[in-house]
Amino acid sequence: MEEQRNTYIVRYGEVALKGDNKPYFERILMERMRKLLKKYPGVEIRRENGLVLIRTPRELPAEAVTKELSKVFGVDSLSPAVEVDSELEAIGAAAVKYMSELMARREIKTFKVEARRSDKSFPVQSPEIGRIIGAKILKACKTLKVDVHQPDCRLFVQVRQGNSFIYEEKLSGRGGLPLGTNGRGLVLLSGGIDSPVAAYMMARRGMVVEAVHFHSYPYTSERAWEKVKELAGILAEYCGRIRITSINLLPIQEQIAQHCPEELTTILVRRFMMKLGQRVAEDRGCLMLITGENLGQVASQTAEALTVTDQAVDLPVMRPLIAMDKTDIIELAKDIGTFETSIQPFEDCCTVFLPRHPSTKPRLDRVLEAESRLEGEALIEQAFEARETELVLPRE
Amino acid sequence: MIYLDNAATTRQYDQVSRRMLELMDTGFGNPSALHHLGVEAEKAVKGARRALAATLGASEKEVVFTGGGTEADNMALMGAARGGRRRGMRILTTGVEHPAVLETCRALEQQGFQVEYLPVDPWGRVDLKALEEALGPEVAAVSIMQVNNELGTLEPVAEAGRLIKEKSRALFHVDAVQAYGKLPVEPALLQADLVSLSAHKIHGPKGVGALYLRQGTNLPPLLQGGGQEGGLRSGTENVPAIAGFGLAARMAAEGRRERLKAMEKAREHLLKGIKAEIPQAQINSPEPCAGPEDFSGGGPEPLCSPALLNVSFCGCRGEVLLHMLEEHGIYVATGAACSSRKKGSHVLAAAGLPPERAESALRFSFSEFNTPAEMEQVLARLKAAVESMRRIHRR
Repeated sequence: MEEQRNTYIVRYGEVALKGDNKPYFERILMERMRKLLKKYPGVEIRRENGLVLIRTPRELPAEAVTKELSKVFGVDSLSPAVEVDSELEAIGAAAVKYMSELMARREIKTFKVEARRSDKSFPVQSPEIGRIIGAKILKACKTLKVDVHQPDCRLFVQVRQGNSFIYEEKLSGRGGLPLGTNGRGLVLLSGGIDSPVAAYMMARRGMVVEAVHFHSYPYTSERAWEKVKELAGILAEYCGRIRITSINLLPIQEQIAQHCPEELTTILVRRFMMKLGQRVAEDRGCLMLITGENLGQVASQTAEALTVTDQAVDLPVMRPLIAMDKTDIIELAKDIGTFETSIQPFEDCCTVFLPRHPSTKPRLDRVLEAESRLEGEALIEQAFEARETELVLPRE
Repeated sequence: MIYLDNAATTRQYDQVSRRMLELMDTGFGNPSALHHLGVEAEKAVKGARRALAATLGASEKEVVFTGGGTEADNMALMGAARGGRRRGMRILTTGVEHPAVLETCRALEQQGFQVEYLPVDPWGRVDLKALEEALGPEVAAVSIMQVNNELGTLEPVAEAGRLIKEKSRALFHVDAVQAYGKLPVEPALLQADLVSLSAHKIHGPKGVGALYLRQGTNLPPLLQGGGQEGGLRSGTENVPAIAGFGLAARMAAEGRRERLKAMEKAREHLLKGIKAEIPQAQINSPEPCAGPEDFSGGGPEPLCSPALLNVSFCGCRGEVLLHMLEEHGIYVATGAACSSRKKGSHVLAAAGLPPERAESALRFSFSEFNTPAEMEQVLARLKAAVESMRRIHRR
């Protein structure tokens, strides 16, 4: 057996359920892994008898590989493994070596061998394999005892045709579905905590995301734009490169401030954002809008306000955070790595022209009446024409 | 471009850039090396030290180069406090100091020192009576800045120095970062033991500063290492930056009166214009300008550095005004660059300005390159920006 390689077993839970589409999902998943591991020479990713295996040069640290794989949607779990010929003597020797190495790294008093034989032509049955390997380990490592209920170490032995694997850890992956298997969506990316999380959640279901960002320069600072690009850069590590369309809302906000009732300012601005989002989505071929809205979080996110906002557009609006608690959203933002950037204090366009008492229960007829005082179509077209775009690559 | 943010940093003199480039290209030796390149580099550092000492009326031995004004403040206060333990555990300062001083004081509080923040008047001037009462044998150090970096106010440092030396054994530290190169900074006149300076505020490079250390003052170093700068600042000298600092200091001193005059002219022009043309503008800085020989603001009238002007435009958020001016190539600040990312200015708050007034403040800071003609343009843009903002927010 090749001693020069490290092996990783990649499991892809949900992907396996996809029936006839399975080869398609698998191909996209493997492409994604290839792309992220491309920077390391000599990495090989292959499908063998229903397993996805990654083999890397011996000197490439496991942390480097698992770090990249932890960003891949569709990976359920992975295990760094030792690969050995499917021959009982060889498996036993490798298991003993593996266990002694583990014991040198941490304290282990009890263990259990979990053997599985997927090659039914292998002469020994699974429980018997476990017993034989366990006995070899007991003989070699005198301090160890077997504990089948709560062992310090669970040693997995997977016997297959040709080669077998020994491993201990099962590191959980991101889950979800491989990127690019579920269309294209446009997220309204504000720079706050929520919208990057919303984008991430949709991307985790396989959707390719683009972003639209609204600002009110000079009422908002150039740094707010830099911040949004930084957030997109973090997201891009999981979602691939992200195109951001940036639109100045100030002319629209000024018109609203001059012609419409103060308490409707926020909801009117939200509706314009949605309409502009739809305009961008149509232009970019995005199937739906994605927002970080969360029921009841602020005045524009009450049930009434959301209904009025929703009515502004025809495209479906995805709100993956709608029923989550803020604390859970924050946890997720921290896990993704966007939280620290999101909380940098720069003015965003939502806080500009903030009414003193925004209406929390706007009525559609009143909102439509207020809106009719503005040249809506023309304002949208002007704002859209003045857009800027930027392609943000994954942060390194 | 009209640059009015010189208190944040300045454009480097061309001569300084050329000198630095020369040292990076050919004079790149390590000053401690025994060979010719080392000797040349050492000479460059020596020359800079001589130039700085001359501007301070000090001896070369009293100048230590640091990695900037912040490091000088840290070294001075940390050193004065720790070295002064036998004197006592009390430290006196004001609430309007630079964060490099205030945060160092906070760190010292963690180490058991007792820091007292002396009261200030509406221009941020320290109350000398309160200082006098607070002084005593157990005070280890007193730190007061010479010119406030947000308001431009001259602190009564000479008067403070006299009191400190009469009433205590404390070391007196003066942060002269905003004063240096503009007003006279002479440690002997201030009776200061420690004075912090920075190069990039006087058209020198960033990342280099200096600490004046009166002969006979012992400080423990912040960094351990090869013993450069008389053991006070280990680490290979940043030769190009130090030489650039020396050159900038010399240039600032040579034409100081003319340079000051240019700043004052621009400042007066803008101040008059704002008062005449923009209603409801509130001048936060003291209005009378310090003359070329004024260095301490202990008189009955508060004096302002000719390099600074702080004004509030009622009803306008400072940051928005800043961006509106920026669209026309005019660069100003809402406050100190180092506090612009935090909420509000601690200086304006300490001086007792109400939050609305502090939030609508702009800081204009001048250099010799600013002209009255530029100020005309600034006035026109400022007036238009303030009017348009007040129109939108009429409600």
